[in-house]
Amino acid sequence: MNTTALIMMVSVEVTVILLTGYFFYKVLTSRPKSGDEDD
Amino acid sequence: MLMAGNQDKWGSRVGLVLAMAGNAVGFGNFLRFPVQAVQNGGGAFIIPYLVSFLVMGIPLLFIEWSSGRFAGKSGNHSAPSIMDSMDKRWIWKYVGVFGIFSNIAIAAYYCYMESWTISYVIHSLIGTFDSMNQSQVAHFFSDYLDVTTSTTGIPYEAIVMFVLCLALNTYILSRGLMDGVEKVAKIGVPLLIGFGIFLAIKGITLKASAGGAINDGTVGLNFLWTPDFTSLSNPKVWLAAAGQIFFTLSVGMGSIQCYASYVRKNQDIALNAMSAGWMNEFVEIVLGSAIIIPIAIGYLGIDKVVELTQIGGLGLGFRTMPFLFEQWGPILSAVAGAAFFGMLFFAGITSSLAMGTPGISFLMDEFRWTRKNAALSFGIIILLLGLPTIFFFNEGVFDEYDYWAGTVSLVVFALFESILFAWIFGMKKGWREITSGADIKVPLVYKYIIKFVTPVALIIVFLGALVRPANDDWSLLSFKGWTLHNESIIGQLQHKGIGPNNTWFSDEFYTENNGTVDSLYSVKNKSYVVITGANDNGAEQSKTYKFNPQKHQLNVTLGQDIITGDKLYSGKVVNRVFYLDMARVLLVSVFLFICALVYVAYKNRSRKEIAK
Repeated sequence: MNTTALIMMVSVEVTVILLTGYFFYKVLTSRPKSGDEDD
Repeated sequence: MLMAGNQDKWGSRVGLVLAMAGNAVGFGNFLRFPVQAVQNGGGAFIIPYLVSFLVMGIPLLFIEWSSGRFAGKSGNHSAPSIMDSMDKRWIWKYVGVFGIFSNIAIAAYYCYMESWTISYVIHSLIGTFDSMNQSQVAHFFSDYLDVTTSTTGIPYEAIVMFVLCLALNTYILSRGLMDGVEKVAKIGVPLLIGFGIFLAIKGITLKASAGGAINDGTVGLNFLWTPDFTSLSNPKVWLAAAGQIFFTLSVGMGSIQCYASYVRKNQDIALNAMSAGWMNEFVEIVLGSAIIIPIAIGYLGIDKVVELTQIGGLGLGFRTMPFLFEQWGPILSAVAGAAFFGMLFFAGITSSLAMGTPGISFLMDEFRWTRKNAALSFGIIILLLGLPTIFFFNEGVFDEYDYWAGTVSLVVFALFESILFAWIFGMKKGWREITSGADIKVPLVYKYIIKFVTPVALIIVFLGALVRPANDDWSLLSFKGWTLHNESIIGQLQHKGIGPNNTWFSDEFYTENNGTVDSLYSVKNKSYVVITGANDNGAEQSKTYKFNPQKHQLNVTLGQDIITGDKLYSGKVVNRVFYLDMARVLLVSVFLFICALVYVAYKNRSRKEIAK
């Protein structure tokens, strides 16, 4: 792969993976609110 | 306040997020996104794509999630009543009809596509594609779409598979959110991600010369990700990126509002919306870019794949991928085929279930139908509406549904809902709804993006689609007028590009391309004429015409030079334009029928209010 394509791909994919992981982790670890019988 | 008997709720927060992500993740993540990227500047496409996601996608997710939860508090779960609960002027509940209509109309052809994936999983596992060449695999798909042909010995196989697929959807929907939709999402979304990761690894690690591959998988990635920054100045690329955001996030459909209306009133929606939205982006950008393009370029080369992308992602997925998997040997090809079409199946069913929910919720809320009866009615309506797309697939009915319900309706509805939310419901209340119970801090800038940027961006997208110029050449725009693209909204209304066969019925059929008659043949009692010539770009292009020798008198001979409009055969002909107009009549009828139901529902509401 050429350098520009590699930088483009890695930077975009790493950003997307980190944000996806971060938000899903927050979903899994946020405490249920009072009166919320979820999870 | 009108409390309805429909008291369904989500079982868990993870289930809700996975169901929302499953709603968003669909065929487009794997088949449409990479093709759009290839056609719009490769790696540079991602820049307008991400900008569209930030200024249009995320705001619409916030709008739809918060509108849904807001209306759900008063027992409203479908778009007409959700919009009505935000502003009592009569017009909004009828605008909300889009939020039921587009789901039903899209589900009619989407469930058909879903049934193809079930069939292709079976064919991959039993080795149907073993020893087929590329042309035979491509013809297999054409045969499958021809309802009179059976690829398994089951008569009317395409219809049987469609009915089975619908029955499965109906059954799951009849089980409710917690026991049906949520359970499927908890199984389906992880499975599709797992299948996607397996195929992405195979795509990226593909080595030239292994099993006939001519390129490494990285050649495809290089092609897809090498940015053409000059494309950023082309409005076509920006409009394509904005369009892809609509398709991929399932915004502008009413299904997100419907799912969100079952969220408990104190539950977060901001983090949930971000989590589901970014999960969709992970599947699309990370997995979607690493499967069909790297594998297809690995075996076929860049030029051939660019040519294949002209016929769209569906063609690439169903006409080409089974052949490419065959290069991996009988066992791995069966596994890869089942994984690929299984992945598409789970992506499809988690979306089609979301399409079923608004209509079912409407019937349950407004007419007190039981969930089972409402689900059954959904199945029957989709069957009736879907059959024309099966029988008249080659006449363009499938594409016609996709254009009006799956493209134009989404933009129109999203535009209206963003105006309602930001300017009529008001950003003060709207922002409170978005941030109420939020487990993340929503950046304040979104208050202004939602109010100003998103509606303007949507107006631009709509106008861009309305008056799209020929060849996407925006420099043509002038006060003196310009030639419209065949697929612009006005162009479609005028049947622009329909060619010389522009009447419903005729006694003659005219050729639709220039070239030479290069073959005449018959297969299974059907006769074909192939005319090959140069297209507008100078590339060689063939067009195959089917005719019935018992009804039609052929007027051309082998080797004859033809120009568009020459008489191809004589005899009674029902032209494609007839089927397209009938499809439009059908779609408009469905829309008006839902309007009538909304009218009756609100008459009932008024009577009940007076009785109180």
